Amino acid sequence: MTTEQQVVLITGARKGIGRFLAERFVRNGALVEGCSREPPDWSLEGYTHHLADVADEAQVKAMITAIGRRHGRLDIVINNAGVAAMNHSLLTPLASVDRIFNTNVRGVFLVCREAARLMQRRRFGRIVNLSTVAVPLRLEGEALYAASKSAVEMLTRILAREFGPLGITVNAVGPTPIETDLIRGVPAEKIQKIIDSLAIRRLGRFEDVANVIDFFVRPESDYVTGQVIYLGGVS
Amino acid sequence: MTTLSAANRDTVVALIISSLRDLYEQNGIDADSNLSEDTYLIGRRAALDSLGLVTLIVDLEQKIEETFDSALTLANERAMSQKHSPFLTVGSLATYICTLLDEQRNA
Repeated sequence: MTTEQQVVLITGARKGIGRFLAERFVRNGALVEGCSREPPDWSLEGYTHHLADVADEAQVKAMITAIGRRHGRLDIVINNAGVAAMNHSLLTPLASVDRIFNTNVRGVFLVCREAARLMQRRRFGRIVNLSTVAVPLRLEGEALYAASKSAVEMLTRILAREFGPLGITVNAVGPTPIETDLIRGVPAEKIQKIIDSLAIRRLGRFEDVANVIDFFVRPESDYVTGQVIYLGGVS
Repeated sequence: MTTLSAANRDTVVALIISSLRDLYEQNGIDADSNLSEDTYLIGRRAALDSLGLVTLIVDLEQKIEETFDSALTLANERAMSQKHSPFLTVGSLATYICTLLDEQRNA
């Protein structure tokens, strides 16, 4: 692992934290593949983009097959792609349920399954899923989003057990609100209320998330799996 | 309707045995070196554990795709609901894979 470039897949890499992580992994010498439904308006040497919807089985399979053919392996997956909808449950249309669960749960499952099939060939892999502090904080107005991320956490814990014998770890990081598109539509007073409930009262930063990911993916973390680390002092 | 030739069935059997040998080697399983169509994959007479069978299926799906350019899902609901498991022996698995390949070609 120390002498060869790591092959990394980041879902939802077009913008926000996905793009930040892609650029960061490239800077650190990794060969980075990313995906999103829309094409990015940027490019980077060492980075390959796939137009793929993580909820589409055929597209996920094609993407992982392409990575396997190009690199012969996959070392790290960051399941970052996610959608949110902040709304009172009484006002939430059914379409939101499908949209959120398709990307956040079905998408994570599909990427984990197909990635692990490739990773198990070398008996090595690191998968990091993105959760949220909305799960332990049980935030009103985020029932669907938090429920979908709750499912992601349970997937993380059980896949960790299933993939453990294959040398693949599966962990999750739960960020606090970060200045991204995901919270752009959320009222400022609601964000402030969340911040006031944290042990460390500030918005999260991309670097905070990257720090936890760094820990999960390092080779020495081969005995760390099925864990969810929340940022900001939430437990 | 066309069916897979005997030569292709031989290829499928060879793929299964090759994957099985690799798995035995990886897991330090000291098994019968005379692997054949009668070799058990599940049950008391099998050398593989449940994770070994999962790994065998994943490996076979990849090899079949590379060899026949066909993406098969071997562990589907149909396989699981059959009275006699297609995963019982190398031979029964080969028959099942050939059936799936035939169906895909004739679809």
